[in-house]
Amino acid sequence: MKIALVGNPNSGKTTLFNALTGSNQYVGNWPGVTVEKKSGKYKNDKKIEIIDLPGVYSLSPYSLEEVIARNYIIDERPDAIINIVDGTNLERNLYLSEQVKDLGVPMVIAINMADSLRARGEEIDLKKLEKNLGVKCSLISAVKNELGDLMELIKKAERPQELNYLDADIEEAIAKIEVQLSNDTFKRFIAIKVLENDPKIIEKEKIDPKVITQAKELSLALAKKYDDDIESIITSKRYEYITKVTGNIYISKSSTKESISDKIDKIVTNRILALPIFVAVMTLVYYISVTTVGTMATDWVNDVLFGEIISPAVESFLVSINCVPWLQSLILDGVVAGLGAILGFVPQILVLFFLLAILEECGYMARIAFIMDRIFRKFGLSGKSFIPMLIGTGCGVPAIMASRTIENERDRRMTIMTTTFIPCSAKLPIIAMIAGALFNEAWWVAPSAYFLGVVAIIVSGIILKKTKPFLGEVAPFVMELPAYHIPKATAVLRSMWERGWSFIKKAGTIIFLSTVLIWLLTNFGFVDGQFRMLDTLEIEYSLAAIIGRAISFIFIPLGFGNWQATVATLMGLVAKENLVVTYGIIYGIAEASEEGSEFWGTLATSFTPVSGYALLAFNLLCAPCFAAIGAIKREMNNAKWTLAAVGYQCLFAYAVALMINQFGNLFIYGSFDFFTIVAVIVLLMMVYLLVRKPKAHSLKVVGAYE
Amino acid sequence: MTLNEVRVGETVKVLKINGEGATKRRLMDMGLVKNVEVYVRKVAPLGDPIEVKIRGYELSLRKADAAMIEVI
Repeated sequence: MKIALVGNPNSGKTTLFNALTGSNQYVGNWPGVTVEKKSGKYKNDKKIEIIDLPGVYSLSPYSLEEVIARNYIIDERPDAIINIVDGTNLERNLYLSEQVKDLGVPMVIAINMADSLRARGEEIDLKKLEKNLGVKCSLISAVKNELGDLMELIKKAERPQELNYLDADIEEAIAKIEVQLSNDTFKRFIAIKVLENDPKIIEKEKIDPKVITQAKELSLALAKKYDDDIESIITSKRYEYITKVTGNIYISKSSTKESISDKIDKIVTNRILALPIFVAVMTLVYYISVTTVGTMATDWVNDVLFGEIISPAVESFLVSINCVPWLQSLILDGVVAGLGAILGFVPQILVLFFLLAILEECGYMARIAFIMDRIFRKFGLSGKSFIPMLIGTGCGVPAIMASRTIENERDRRMTIMTTTFIPCSAKLPIIAMIAGALFNEAWWVAPSAYFLGVVAIIVSGIILKKTKPFLGEVAPFVMELPAYHIPKATAVLRSMWERGWSFIKKAGTIIFLSTVLIWLLTNFGFVDGQFRMLDTLEIEYSLAAIIGRAISFIFIPLGFGNWQATVATLMGLVAKENLVVTYGIIYGIAEASEEGSEFWGTLATSFTPVSGYALLAFNLLCAPCFAAIGAIKREMNNAKWTLAAVGYQCLFAYAVALMINQFGNLFIYGSFDFFTIVAVIVLLMMVYLLVRKPKAHSLKVVGAYE
Repeated sequence: MTLNEVRVGETVKVLKINGEGATKRRLMDMGLVKNVEVYVRKVAPLGDPIEVKIRGYELSLRKADAAMIEVI
């Protein structure tokens, strides 16, 4: 038996799902999109499969979540639907129920938050509500694990009674379309959608053009009569009906005095206190996940667990069994290092998601969007993009993963693509190296790198939001601000664990394979025509150096077209601080300090300040490390979008570094050549992309998800 | 009058939702339909969006979208 869970966001749907499935759940994504998909087996009866559909307010075609939810029901035909509604907010929640009822699938309405109702002194007359709605209802409290008779009811659930409560002429129009449909299960739902001229349903159900024409005539006549479009008429009538239905079902109803949630909100998003409180909360999140606990745990895994325990243990084991040197190196520097690269990020991800889950559960996350929307929407981002950007100053991997708290897919993708422009802590050694070797450790180099990152986000946001893939999905910012709740420990821990685990599973492979590949490229090469494994300081003979020499010409316009810079950049993909380590090795220093101060003098001879800054800019903005690319892949859940994100970052980095080098040379050294002209053209193109007006027709929203 | 012009702390009644497409539909799906009462609760610290109370819950919307809603 297959049961789908449908309900509004913040209705307690996930809590109910967890209560029903326990630990028997699978978390993934809906195919090709960034929306999370959860399914699981009912813990008391493994034959019952439960699918947690995305939280939605309606079944219209306007948001990705809504399309996923209704397509799932139509395509997969679940045997029954549990429609969970927030008992403290029946009016809006039942609006979705009315649309779900139209689908005609056997269903039960689970009225959640029984505990809050009790606390408020409210009581609902279930029998009356069932009669009014034509559906069986069950009063539950998912948080308290009180599931009442929900599962007994769902096993014998029936199709909702057809009450046909809309005005007679509307019902008549629906009936006229219904009789001509071939799909007999979802008749009423599809007929209404055809009347509303819903392009996705029309295409999906292959509606006869004659029926479409008839539907258009019918809806036009109704629109004339009611002086509104048909969608709005039906929406209004549904709400009218619900207001009537919910009007007489309360046995006792609380007075409308201020709730605790209202009181909290008065302080937290108060005009004067909101920003200081916001700064304080963000500082705390940053302090715990980046400055202290998260980073300490990640450093411990990297330096102690892998550095002092696992690696030496594996090494002494390999030595004791007389393992050949190349295999030793493969296992230690390839496999163990690759595993370390994956697992090293896990503690920080867990700490961050622990905090994010608390913010989400308690209701403050929605307020962050409320407070920050004004700033971020100008760049095509969400107010919630603030958290990924903030965490990005520490590490891009948890930052990218934090983007999943953003509900709109367009904003989410944009955030994923731009977050790593902010210099993460691994990029600090590169900044220190360039500042030390070429700028006499000038104070302004580091702030300028952050400034560059912020400008890159703003410019990219403005450019990207005008491009086709982002234009089609203009989503209105109309957001519920859920009531404040005390977060539930199990929910927070579960959310933290699921997200950490999904990083290991989904991002692990790509991180592991690329680490091993880079090991291969840097540890093997041709010395005097003979292919063999290299010593540490023989990097100039490595395969990586061969590749570096072959492709270094593409960096000539940027001012660092040599194999050393190319190999160092390539190594930076494993971990950005490796760029400094690699330069050390190239200059014959196997164990350089973190900023590479030992070879600053040598480095200064092969760069000018201008080309050095171009190298810095390129490495700050181009593709992030493999771990972050893995996180991008995990979050985008789509190869094309992953490539587009990384490709855009590299291209943007190239354009910026080119302009820095060419204009720097022009204004400081007065040199002018062919690439100066190219840089001018790039600059003009960028300005054009920033100011252009997108084509009007592509602003259409309907049909954006095909 | 439109909803974006209503002063904080006032309660108004919706007359009509102008416009079309996704935003209008979304506003209506959230319960902003004709005759419903809307209490304007506050403005975000940076001046936009606004927060209203409707049908017993809190909703935030941008002033630009609130301008589509005619109220009395």
